[in-house]
Amino acid sequence: MSRETPAIEETARHDLIRVAGAQGFWGDDLEAPVRQVEGGAIDYLMLDYLAEVTMSVLRKLKGRDPSAGYARDFVPLMERIFPTCVERGIRVLANAGGVNPRGCAEAVVDAGRAAGVSGEARVGLVTGDDLTDRLDALIAQGHELAHMETGRPLADILGDVRSANVYLGAEPIVRALGQGADVVVTGRCADAALTYAPMMHEFGWSFDDIDLIAAGVVAGHINECGAQSTGGNCLADWWEIEDLAAVGFPIVEARPDGSFVVTKHEGSGGRVSRASVTEQIVYEIGDPAAYITPDVVADFTSVQLDDDGRNRVQVRGVRGRPPTEFYKVSVAYSAGWKAVGTLTYAWPDAAAKARAADTVLRERLDRLGLSFEEVRTELVGWDSTHGPLAGEPPADVPEVQLRVGVRGTDRAAVERFTREISPLVLTGPPTVTGYGGRRPRPQEIIAFWPALVRKDAVDPHVAVEVLDV
Amino acid sequence: MSRVQLVHLAHARSGDKGDTANVGVIAYDPSHYALLVDRLTPERVKAHFGPMVKGDVERYELPNLAALNFVLHGALDGGGTVSLMNDAQGKVLSTAMLRMEIEVPDEVAEAVRGRGRVPAGWTPPKPRRHDG
Repeated sequence: MSRETPAIEETARHDLIRVAGAQGFWGDDLEAPVRQVEGGAIDYLMLDYLAEVTMSVLRKLKGRDPSAGYARDFVPLMERIFPTCVERGIRVLANAGGVNPRGCAEAVVDAGRAAGVSGEARVGLVTGDDLTDRLDALIAQGHELAHMETGRPLADILGDVRSANVYLGAEPIVRALGQGADVVVTGRCADAALTYAPMMHEFGWSFDDIDLIAAGVVAGHINECGAQSTGGNCLADWWEIEDLAAVGFPIVEARPDGSFVVTKHEGSGGRVSRASVTEQIVYEIGDPAAYITPDVVADFTSVQLDDDGRNRVQVRGVRGRPPTEFYKVSVAYSAGWKAVGTLTYAWPDAAAKARAADTVLRERLDRLGLSFEEVRTELVGWDSTHGPLAGEPPADVPEVQLRVGVRGTDRAAVERFTREISPLVLTGPPTVTGYGGRRPRPQEIIAFWPALVRKDAVDPHVAVEVLDV
Repeated sequence: MSRVQLVHLAHARSGDKGDTANVGVIAYDPSHYALLVDRLTPERVKAHFGPMVKGDVERYELPNLAALNFVLHGALDGGGTVSLMNDAQGKVLSTAMLRMEIEVPDEVAEAVRGRGRVPAGWTPPKPRRHDG
């Protein structure tokens, strides 16, 4: 399958562009985008706001307020950086649109006006990723949207569905850039597309340039988790990584031949090394030879890394294969309730006390006739991260936190569980503290249903608009 | 031959995709990659994790990065939002992997001694003051 490269009205071709990663999730370092814009030369700023769970949270917010449903932090950020971006010609790409990309784009237009860049910038808007209101029709047309792991058809849980969004590819983003957008706001799209769409636009790559797009996907994978490629959360010699307080976020210096250098601003903290970049390349992947995106299947086993001076890693040699006929869909659905309660037990015999308390708690839940899909007990400070690999805690362990979680479909049962934690302080094994004065809250579980949908069922609905600031 | 904990030979990063976790294991010294390929079989890794991993363990090789990627099915108690685990997204399963002990030639054991751990006596630097 091949697609036409969209008509590019504005053909500013360069032999190097710098795409800066500035946000790895909604809630990431608020100052990072400002440091990226002000700390040195960049051409594009990409911000990834959308973890899987973020979409369902945004849908809930939009249900309460139709003007909500996007990553609100993006708007004051744009107001702050818009003048500098306009002055330096930095274009911004963000999936901040969430479930309301139009509301987000309009708010960004207002932010631009407030920032004094009226008439100097345009905001592109990509829609068409949202399938929530089309699921009935799609199923009626024979799209099963079966769970990718279990094979169950979506019809089985249709009544519990909260949102369904397709991971779009780079095509509408490239189109928006071609139409002169200085800021592109999308809903759900492949995170990496926010990094390689500018390369396609600037270098004139077509959707048949499989290896080049695969290189862009690797660049995007390195960019999309922010500082996780530049020394943040880096295990290799972490104690030698300097100045994480002012950690530099990644900058990809891309070339038309698909090679690129990963670096960060001069003088920023953190570290770009083969070790830091490799840790990010292997992050959240399955078969490395088949990293599937909407535009290409990238082969991470073809990636060649070389040192290119201090805090610079050269990447080349990336190959790929043509994309599949499908987009990935992430369906969020309500799957019951859960709650987690914690209490801290002190020496001596802290772990023994915590386990005795867990027994008391479970017996009380049973006496109350409460049943759950699962009751899970962990000892924080001992086995909550390494499980049985941690072995038996020594009698002299100074303290442990008892952490008990329950999950079930009955909200009332989960609610009752939350009232059984604090009583243990006075009614259970001794020397316990850390209950915080507030009981845990039942949380609705929004689970994810990964599915595939044929691209031809989605593409006709994908639209690009460009709004004047 | 000596038994050495993997933490001295490799660094790692882990993450999630639903109820599946992945652990990328990267040799500090690329010359040890072949040793890791030989020792870290999917069967041994599955045995190492025991009840922590309910499903299969798949292994993928990235010789270009001196790395192995392990895909652990059924490792996250239902995954992300469903899971009751403290580490519901498998963010630190990487370090559980690095607890694994493998047999290595004595000279390798000698060469990697102390690698991968904070040097004795290390303390965090004091916060720097920034005056505006």
